[in-house]
Amino acid sequence: MQLNSEERAMLDGDYGRATRKAMQILATLGDIYGAGRMAPVTSVQIAGVSYDNLGEAGLQFLTEMAEGGGRALVLTTLNPAGMDIENWQALGIDPDFAENQQRVIQAFERMGVITTCSCTPYLSGNLPHFREHIAWAESSAVCYANSVIGARTNREGGPSALAAALTGRTPEYGYHLDKNRVPGITIEVNADVSESFHFGALGKVIGEKLETEGRKLVPYILGIENASLEGLKSLCASIATYGGAALFHMDGITPEAAQMFPPDKILTISQADLDAAARSLNDAAADEVDFVSLGCPHLSIVEIARIAELLQGKKVTKEFWITTARPTKHIADMMGYTKIIEESGAKFATDTCCVVAPIKGRFKVLATDSAKACYYAYSKNDFKTVFKPFDQVVSEAVNPGGE
Amino acid sequence: MGKRMKLKGRKIFAGKASGEALVTAMGISFFGGVDPHSGVVVEKNHELEGQSIAGKILVFPTGKGSTVGSYTLYRLKSNGKAPSAIINAECETITAVGCIMAEIPCVDQIPVEQLKSGQEIAVDGGKGTVEVLTGDNHAA
Repeated sequence: MQLNSEERAMLDGDYGRATRKAMQILATLGDIYGAGRMAPVTSVQIAGVSYDNLGEAGLQFLTEMAEGGGRALVLTTLNPAGMDIENWQALGIDPDFAENQQRVIQAFERMGVITTCSCTPYLSGNLPHFREHIAWAESSAVCYANSVIGARTNREGGPSALAAALTGRTPEYGYHLDKNRVPGITIEVNADVSESFHFGALGKVIGEKLETEGRKLVPYILGIENASLEGLKSLCASIATYGGAALFHMDGITPEAAQMFPPDKILTISQADLDAAARSLNDAAADEVDFVSLGCPHLSIVEIARIAELLQGKKVTKEFWITTARPTKHIADMMGYTKIIEESGAKFATDTCCVVAPIKGRFKVLATDSAKACYYAYSKNDFKTVFKPFDQVVSEAVNPGGE
Repeated sequence: MGKRMKLKGRKIFAGKASGEALVTAMGISFFGGVDPHSGVVVEKNHELEGQSIAGKILVFPTGKGSTVGSYTLYRLKSNGKAPSAIINAECETITAVGCIMAEIPCVDQIPVEQLKSGQEIAVDGGKGTVEVLTGDNHAA
C-alpha cells in the first residue's frame, strides 16, 4: 500500500513510539485487506474501555501508548466503561475494579481523548456528516454511522480505532469504498415495526438471515414507513449483534438508499417472523425478573423523559438501571427528570451499561427492551431474559410480575 | 546433508525467531482460548488443549473469536508466555494487531499443512520466510 511522506515518517518513528506503533497497526491491516492508501479520518470512537474486557494487559498497553507520546489528532470519544465514573458505589461496583477503571480513563485522558463513555457518540457531539471517513469501533455505532448518517467506517477493534486516533488515518478498504456499499439483498418487511422493541426484533431476524445468506451482503430494507432515531439505534444494535452487519439501506429513510436499487434477491419478513424472534428472547417468567435495564444503546433524552413520565410518583421494586451518556444525563438533571427517576428508586448508570459492567453472578433474570442486551445477558453474564416493549419494561420495575 | 525446506510468505510483523513448532489445523481464539498467565490452550476440545504455546513457533490456519484477543497476546508477552513467532495461512485482524502490540514476529500465506509439531523452524518476519531446519526429531 502507498504511504505518503508524513505517514512514512510516522512509521519510521519520527513522531514517537506510540505513533509508530499506531502506524504499524494501520499499515499492516491495510496490507492484509488490500488497501491502496490511507484515508484521513475526522472522527474516532474507541471500544475496549471497560476494565472487565481490557484486563491488566489492556490497561498496560494503553499506559504504554500514553507514555510513548500518543495523542489523539482528531475528535475521539470512548465506548461505555465498566461503571458510572462518578456514582459507581451506588451500583455496587467493587472498589478495586473502580480504581482500575479510573486508570483506564486516565490513560485515555492523557492521550487527549474526550472521555464521554457512550455507545451513542452521535448523541453527544461526535457526529460526522454524510460521506465523511471515520474510524469507529462499537458495532451499533458503526452501523448507525454507516447506515443512518452515511458516513464511512469499517468495524474497527479497540487497538485499530486508537491507532486511527493517534495518526488521523485509516486504511482505505471495505466500507470506505463505494463498491462495497452497494446492497446485495432486498429485505421486504411485512410487519408492524413502530416501537424500538420492534426494531430490535427486526434486527435479530435480519441479522440471523444474513448469517445464513452471507454476512457480507448489504441489506436494502423495504416496507418501513417511519423510523425514529430510537428505532434506528435499536435496529443498528440488533442487526450488528446478530448478523455482524455494519451497513444497511432503508428505502425512504437512510441517505444512500435513493442512489441505490433494491437487488433482485429478495427475502420477506412476516409478522410471524418478528413475533418468533421476540418470543425467542423470553426464556423466563415475568415474576422471576430481578434486574431491569433500559439504555442499550444508551438512552436519548426523549426516552429518559418518557421514563420520568411513567415513574412520576411511583416506587420501583427491583434493581432498575437507566443507562445513558453523561451529557444526556446532564440534560435530564436540568429538566428535572433525574429527580423524578431517582425518587422512584431507579438508578442512573451513566457512562456504562448492562453489557460491559461487571455484573455476572449478581442477577438472574434481566428485563429489557433491547435485543442486543438480551444476547449479552445470556452469553456474557448467564442471565435469563424477559424482552418487552419500553413502557412495559418500566411497569416491570414498578409492579412485580408485570401486567 | 539434509535438504532444508524454505517457504516464502508475507510479512505481518518483523523480527527473527527459531524454535520448536507447535502446529494445529484448528483456528485459535486467544481471548478465552488461551490462559494468559501460563500460555496453556484451555479451549475445550481444541487439538492443543492442555499444551503450552509459550516459546513455541505457533502454527495455525487463522485466528478467530473476540477482538480482545489482541490484548491477550500482549498480556502473554508481558508474562513471558507468548509464542516466539506465529505462522498463519491467512492472518486476520486479531492476530495481526496482537503481534504488532506484543512485537511477536509473524508471517502468513504459508501452507501450514506442510509443517509439523516438533520440527525445528526459523522464522524471519521481515522477509516473510519460514525455514524448516529439521524433521520430527531427526534431520531430513
